[in-house]
Amino acid sequence: MFLNALFERRKLLRNRGVLGMNQRNNAYIGRYNDRAKFPMVDNKLTSKKLAIEAGVAVPELLHVIRTQHDIFALRPELEQLDEFVIKPAKGSGGKGILVITGREGNEWIKASGSRVTFEDIERHISNTLGGLYSLGGNSDTAMVEGLIKADPVFDRFSFEGVPDIRTIVFQGYPVMAMMRLATRSSDGKANLHQGAVGVGLDLATGRSLKAVQFDRQVDHHPDTGHSFADLKVPHWQRLLELSSACFDMTGLGYLGVDIVLDRNHGPLILELNARPGLAIQIANGQGLLPRLKTIEGLPRTHFSAVERVNYAQATFSENEPERIPVGIKIPEPA
Amino acid sequence: MSSNKKQVLFVVLALIVLGLSVAIYKRVHLGFPFFPGESSLIWDVEAKITFKADGGPASVSLATPEPGGKYSILDATYASAGYGFRNVQRNGIDRVEWTRREASGEQSLYYKIKVQDSLPEGAVAEKQDENSEPAGTVLYLPELEGAYRVAADDLIQRMRAQSSDDLSFASLLISSLNKTETVSNAAFLDDLIANESYSRANLVMKLLQDAGLPVRKVRGVMLADSRRNQPLLEMVEVLSGDKWYMFNPETGAEGIPEHFLPWQRGGVSLLDIAGGEHSRITFSALSRSVPVSELAVASAKHSRAALVDFSLYSLPIEEQNAYRYILLVPIGTLIVVLMRILVGLKTSGTFMPVLMALAFLQTHLLPGLVIFVTIVSIGLWIRSVLSRLNLLLVARISSVVIVVVGIMAGMSILSYKMGMQQSMSVTFFPMIILAWTIERMSILWEEEGPLDVVVSGGGSLLVAVISYLAMTNRYIEHLTFNFPELLLCVLGFTLLLGQYTGYRLLELRRFKPMIED
Repeated sequence: MFLNALFERRKLLRNRGVLGMNQRNNAYIGRYNDRAKFPMVDNKLTSKKLAIEAGVAVPELLHVIRTQHDIFALRPELEQLDEFVIKPAKGSGGKGILVITGREGNEWIKASGSRVTFEDIERHISNTLGGLYSLGGNSDTAMVEGLIKADPVFDRFSFEGVPDIRTIVFQGYPVMAMMRLATRSSDGKANLHQGAVGVGLDLATGRSLKAVQFDRQVDHHPDTGHSFADLKVPHWQRLLELSSACFDMTGLGYLGVDIVLDRNHGPLILELNARPGLAIQIANGQGLLPRLKTIEGLPRTHFSAVERVNYAQATFSENEPERIPVGIKIPEPA
Repeated sequence: MSSNKKQVLFVVLALIVLGLSVAIYKRVHLGFPFFPGESSLIWDVEAKITFKADGGPASVSLATPEPGGKYSILDATYASAGYGFRNVQRNGIDRVEWTRREASGEQSLYYKIKVQDSLPEGAVAEKQDENSEPAGTVLYLPELEGAYRVAADDLIQRMRAQSSDDLSFASLLISSLNKTETVSNAAFLDDLIANESYSRANLVMKLLQDAGLPVRKVRGVMLADSRRNQPLLEMVEVLSGDKWYMFNPETGAEGIPEHFLPWQRGGVSLLDIAGGEHSRITFSALSRSVPVSELAVASAKHSRAALVDFSLYSLPIEEQNAYRYILLVPIGTLIVVLMRILVGLKTSGTFMPVLMALAFLQTHLLPGLVIFVTIVSIGLWIRSVLSRLNLLLVARISSVVIVVVGIMAGMSILSYKMGMQQSMSVTFFPMIILAWTIERMSILWEEEGPLDVVVSGGGSLLVAVISYLAMTNRYIEHLTFNFPELLLCVLGFTLLLGQYTGYRLLELRRFKPMIED
């Protein structure tokens, strides 16, 4: 009885083309992401330098702290700053990110409103260098970046924090996108499993399709009460082209690109992820598989980012076919 | 199906077939049992040699039992304080020799062998040729004289007339010696035994020799439970045709008596002692039941089966015991793989649950869980104190390790004083892993909240408990140790799981909202 229900559910999910973790790891990350290229995205410092070289817009890099000793030299520099973000270069899942939004006397004010002294920051940095936030506890580098000032269009939709837009880029084609909005229950973090709202975005227009919190559909932002129906991401075209360009930059076939919209600079690449999560499917109410298979079925991929974005926008709009078209030959990986 | 998948499937199939066929070979040809608990009887036979040393150098030489027969000797050990010990071969007979530069007073030497009652079918080694009587060991017995000579000749004549062949003759002759009331001359000859000129076996042998039959003496031990300090029993063997036949000199019954372990044949001396007097050798036997697999190993070693000769069994017992645990690790990792790939359970640290399960093997489940939760809870509290001290990461983890060691020692002492022996086994917990677990959990606590700590800690413990249950399963433990080649099957299965691209069990719940609208 119970097993039957499970098999029924499995069948339904398969029909919807939902990508599971095992298949993601085996058939997409394992096949399209060259292991040698992982450090490029796992180390944010490297990917940032790469982006700057490739002319891809990123938040400003202010300082790099590699050794414990660098922290002493950092103090006079930090004294001049009122707003900055400290990140571990090899951090994962948003761990170890310290966001300073203001200054009061000798103390800085964190995004959450609590205050920190330089000693606190120093400890945070030395923890970062020691590898507390990095994968496997390896020693790490800390980066100081300029604070991103969120585009005011999202003020109505976000409780604290800067909303970011996650796009899954497959072989250079943006295949699915969602916006992550912090809520009170997510404690200002844009992390879906902690209670942030995920808003599925229509690739063609940048308009919201559906919004979920804790995997349940919501229509209004739980804190601001604003309806998601009129959410539309500005600079949409440019944003998708930026995401698409990250494929050329890294060579990773299955990539998650996190972009923020800065008030002054427009879309900036915040982070690249070689193992992007699957929650985006829930936010979109769509499985990734049909889209991935469509791209895999292309006889030849488009050369430029603009062409790829145009193709994706035309193909993966709201009225796309639910099922994978029959007869598409899936090319063997090279 | 891609060629890559085909390759993997081929490798998987090859591994599984190889593993299974080796296991089946061991089952069928070497007699390893697939299930634990099948046991067989073995005997511990101990020879105790006592003598009075005269103060100078002493050397003791004892003939060891020959291989062959229905008993097989699995193992030999010796105990003798202050003596050098070696195995030697003299005149084709294996002997053990104790030597000492200076020995005085009462000396006791022990030689102990393990004997198997009946070997499992198929595992019985090729028997040594029993007819290979070493040359020049024909026993010289003093001649019978005078009236005894006449009486003996008469008895031999009469018995020969009554018998049909050598064997019936021997049997009749021996039994007639016992019938002192009815058979004339028998009582007369019996006097020789009574006045200790001959032992009964010697007399029997002398008569048989005089009748022209080749004879030899067999000395051995009667395997009877807990019979302590019994002397060697003497039997007589008669050569007829090209086979030796054993007779009981007391009854004349032919055949090897049940539970008789032949120790030494022919005229070679059983015990030689230089530098001592009043020597005595006695034997004790004790039976016990052991698993058949132990026997299969021993007898396979005996027959030098290469598969066993070059295997874990060739290691010393201590290392074998270590492998008993090590071989369970793949079972634990298989559980982890199953839980992560098929179920989708989150654990803190991929293989931390396996290490926990290994620790639980030593502490048992409930005490283990209590110890683990206690240490981690205290550790988390200490860690929160440490985090205020602004320490570098490596130093902080090291401090946590030291604190963990302290907690462990404290738990041991406290519980020992309270009379609970169980928590003494706390030492089996991997300290470094515990420290890292504490560190990671405290980070998780700070960043994601206590709920995530409970979820990931609970997931780890659940996997650890399942691994523990699998590892302590008697059948699994038996199979992993006795059929390590089955690990190839586990490897194949793991490779197969690595190819699985279906949904995880928990994903069916996670993506449920997607099929609800």
